[in-house]
Amino acid sequence: MRGPGHPALEATTTPFKEISLSRMKDLLLKGLPPEQRAKGALVLLAIVGVLILAKPFNLIPDFLDELPQHTYQSSINKEIQEIKRTELVPIGAALEWTFYYLRDDLHVSVVTRFFSTSLKALVDVVHNILSGGRKGFGLDAPPWSALLVIALTLGYALKGWRLSLLGGGTVCYFAIFGLWTYAMTTLAYLAVAVPISIIIGLFLGIWCYKKKSVEVSILPILSVAQTMPHFAYLIAVVVFFGIGHQTGVIATIIFAVPPMVRLTLLGLQTISPEIVEAGKMAGCTSRQLLFRVQLPSARNEIMIGINQVIMQCLAMVVIAAFIGADGLGFRLLHKLIALKLGECVEIGFAIVLLALVLDGLSKAWAEKKRDYRANLPFYRRYKYSILLVVLVAIAYILASYFPILNKIPRDLDITYAKSWDGFIDWTVVNWQTRDFRYIMLVHILTPLRDALLFMPFIAIMVLVAGVGLLLGGYYSALLTLGFLLFIALAGWWDRAMITLYMVLFSTFICIVVGIPLGLWSAMREKRARTALFWCDTFQTFPSFIYIIPAIMLFRVNDFTAIMAVVAYAMVPAVRYTVEGLKNIPPELHEAVTMAGCNKRQRLLQLQLPVALPHIMLGVNQTVMFAFSMVIIAAFVGTIDLGQSIFKALSETALGKGVTLGLCVSFMALTVDHLVVRWARERRRLLGLD
Amino acid sequence: MNTTSLQPVIRCQTLYKIFGITSDQLQKDSQGLIDPSYRDRQGVVTAVDNVSLDVSDGELLVVMGLSGSGKSTLVRCLSRLIEPTSGSIEIEGNDLLAMSEKELIELRRNKMGMVFQNFALLPHKTVLENIAFPLQMRGMKRAEFVERAMKMIALVGLDEKENSFPRELSGGQQQRVGIARSLAVEPDIWFLDEPFSALDPLIRKEMQDEFLRLQSMLKKTIVFITHDFDEALKLADRIAIMYHGNIEQIGRPEDIVLNPATEYVAKFTSDVPREKVLTAGSVMDERKEQEALASKSVRIDDLVETIAEYVLGQSIPVPVVDAQDQIVGVLHQARMLEILFHERAGPSGS
Ligand SMILES: Nc1ncnc2c1ncn2[C@@H]1O[C@H](COP(=O)(O)OP(=O)(O)OP(=O)(O)O)[C@@H](O)[C@H]1O
Ligand SMILES: [Mg+2]
Repeated sequence: MRGPGHPALEATTTPFKEISLSRMKDLLLKGLPPEQRAKGALVLLAIVGVLILAKPFNLIPDFLDELPQHTYQSSINKEIQEIKRTELVPIGAALEWTFYYLRDDLHVSVVTRFFSTSLKALVDVVHNILSGGRKGFGLDAPPWSALLVIALTLGYALKGWRLSLLGGGTVCYFAIFGLWTYAMTTLAYLAVAVPISIIIGLFLGIWCYKKKSVEVSILPILSVAQTMPHFAYLIAVVVFFGIGHQTGVIATIIFAVPPMVRLTLLGLQTISPEIVEAGKMAGCTSRQLLFRVQLPSARNEIMIGINQVIMQCLAMVVIAAFIGADGLGFRLLHKLIALKLGECVEIGFAIVLLALVLDGLSKAWAEKKRDYRANLPFYRRYKYSILLVVLVAIAYILASYFPILNKIPRDLDITYAKSWDGFIDWTVVNWQTRDFRYIMLVHILTPLRDALLFMPFIAIMVLVAGVGLLLGGYYSALLTLGFLLFIALAGWWDRAMITLYMVLFSTFICIVVGIPLGLWSAMREKRARTALFWCDTFQTFPSFIYIIPAIMLFRVNDFTAIMAVVAYAMVPAVRYTVEGLKNIPPELHEAVTMAGCNKRQRLLQLQLPVALPHIMLGVNQTVMFAFSMVIIAAFVGTIDLGQSIFKALSETALGKGVTLGLCVSFMALTVDHLVVRWARERRRLLGLD
Repeated sequence: MNTTSLQPVIRCQTLYKIFGITSDQLQKDSQGLIDPSYRDRQGVVTAVDNVSLDVSDGELLVVMGLSGSGKSTLVRCLSRLIEPTSGSIEIEGNDLLAMSEKELIELRRNKMGMVFQNFALLPHKTVLENIAFPLQMRGMKRAEFVERAMKMIALVGLDEKENSFPRELSGGQQQRVGIARSLAVEPDIWFLDEPFSALDPLIRKEMQDEFLRLQSMLKKTIVFITHDFDEALKLADRIAIMYHGNIEQIGRPEDIVLNPATEYVAKFTSDVPREKVLTAGSVMDERKEQEALASKSVRIDDLVETIAEYVLGQSIPVPVVDAQDQIVGVLHQARMLEILFHERAGPSGS
């Protein structure tokens, strides 16, 4: 027994115990404090290393090494893997049963069919107004010159002659290259999907803002929805709504709503509380408060949301071609399958132009400053509307005299696809991408993939959950573990690893190229602006478009997919780097200048550390983009989850498709959770929020 | 309404606002009593701590205190922009906390106005529209509210700026828009949260004078928050000093300076120029029999600041007279010097 005479003994033992206990508790609750993470990471790596090294010595039991899973056929190794048992837990079957139960037994199909028929009617009407035909009201198509003057006037009224020319040029492009009807179909879908998405998004956003419980339940759904691959949606939509034009529109709406909800909510939540109070003190009812104070104050975010909705809709309308939605996307898909690359380029340009015009118009409209000086005479206040009416009338009259202004004849057959084909043939002969491709595939990509596949699955689980524990305590650890466990139990582990390797590799290239590019751009104000301009431009392109040049240069294989992913996912890496550096407060720069730093010191001591959280958010976006693109790129032939999703789509295998979609989504969310968590904490520590 | 002239316009009693804990939770856990152990919890801030005060009709109460002492929170409770955790508030005898949403809206439309510390201008509205906004909410006709708003714009000296957006204005200009906005509805009860803080000294003085002029005409009931003691002295009927959510002392300016109730108030007021606070009446001595007095007298409510030079120029004591020209006391030169130059002379004159 320790008597009171041994205080030294007491002092050495109990506090030590207490410290380690409280430390363990802290680690569980909050993760490691930043200064101890390096140590923690080393320990973690050691554990993972041991797990990996144990495998060759047969120390890892089978069930911790590889899980029973779906079989796949490797196109690279040209070997057929042994058929193993299927999934551990029948997640896919369970989902499938639930969906069909909902549809058939609970008669959800009655509702969905109602939606689908009313939407179909709506699409038909809009389509009819834009391009004639027998459906809808049976109106005649307006002359293309009328659309031309509308585009010209709108562009001019909202921004200026540049946008005006871009809009006019795009309309002419459609007309000249024989894409008119396709473009009008695409426009008709957009005209229906965009307003509906905006209204639903606004409504949900406001609802989330008003009710915390709604926010808590909707936000995770939105996260999953935003990371779920497009094709996985399509399967569900097809099952519930059938095949047809309207199905494409529905898929588009589902896809475009989440960002609108998020941005509406963000806008409402970031209004300074004093402004709301000022509204209350003015005696607003809650309705007046919403419509006259809160929504207008959140205008910026809502406008960004609307712009995003438009761009997302365009991207999805293209992809909806896979379930038979007509329009430019359908045409593109057709030609792509036939490998008529020249024509693909021609259509691709049309889609890109449309994207640029819509983006330009919506942004200009959002930024448009209203002119408040009252008492303008009628004709000056409405000068553009009047101009528009007059011009359209003139277009109609002229079109009735000159048929060429009414409709460009089909047999004109103007195209430049042939010259592209020639160019592509030339590149195939002259640019020896084949050796390059071969080296990449055989010496870099395949070993990387095999390494990931070799790792016992328990090692990866421990690695990810450990990182979660270090960064955010038990919550992060359990969340990420849950995500991975789903993939493991669903029986798609190996495919998920193949997807992961493509994403990792693409992200790696994006970082290696994109961040230095961003750093270089941010050095000069003018360069930075140019870089941001190009980022903006590239970001408007629908994802599917990026596949065309990749196929042109590298034909069809894993490497092509990766190149398309890299091209698409590079943008956020560059953009966030530039923004992160530009947003450093000028006083900090002045302070560093006064301390006598040279350029290199400035970069290493100030710019990189302060901008790092933002750059990491960019990397996170890159990963998210990569996950979404990798699935689309599966179209050019990979053997990852994407390919399985495609197969599921063609078989309308609902349960399987959704399970696969969730797998992709959960992988993306794992990365997202960890990176965003770290970046937020870092920003807070730096006092940047 | 059952308002008598004696009844205070604003009366609040045992008011608490505790952040970081819902009042339901608190009530449930402590049976209606505010348990001091709650304050030590992490994330719990007691912003208003057992405050009771009355503001009578036409009175201007200035609330002072260090940053974070709960001034803004107090007026937010008084206007019920935030729900107090416990306590009662009566506005003209009506229970504010029992009012329905509708009554509250009526009250704010017709009786209350507030100027916000950070201006709180609606970013999407021009200066004119911002000022007209409360008028619109009252359902005023367009021509009418435009005219009224233009008048307010002229009053705060922002002519020509009516079509600018808040983001195009300087801090001081924005603040004046905020003042004009709440002035436009001519509220009977007016809460001003540091309304002149962003103004330059010249405009600030102008606005204070304008404010005094309006107040002498309109006699509103006002709660005015400021950090500036000079401003407080110039405007206040009474001053309340807050510290950690408590009101340490509330009273007339000279009472606070001469008789600080607590250590904290004494420290807080130690740098106040006393000649600006004290009146002849509060520092005079009793008249001794047959004392020779100076020929010209001073009034009982004259500030020491204004009479010091005259008193010190005399060799014999100066008589102090009340409103009826009766001599009620005398001022000695020695006492005057003590007031002016011995800052911590202590409240011997009471
Ligand atoms: N919405 C809130 N949630 C949590 N705490 C709050 C909130 N509003 C205020 N507080 C806290 O209440 C305390 C009092 O804040 P208040 O704004 O009333 O101070 P103030 O006296 O107006 O200060 P200042 O002179 O800086 O304006 C502060 O400690 C503040 O952090
Ligand atoms: Mg305040």
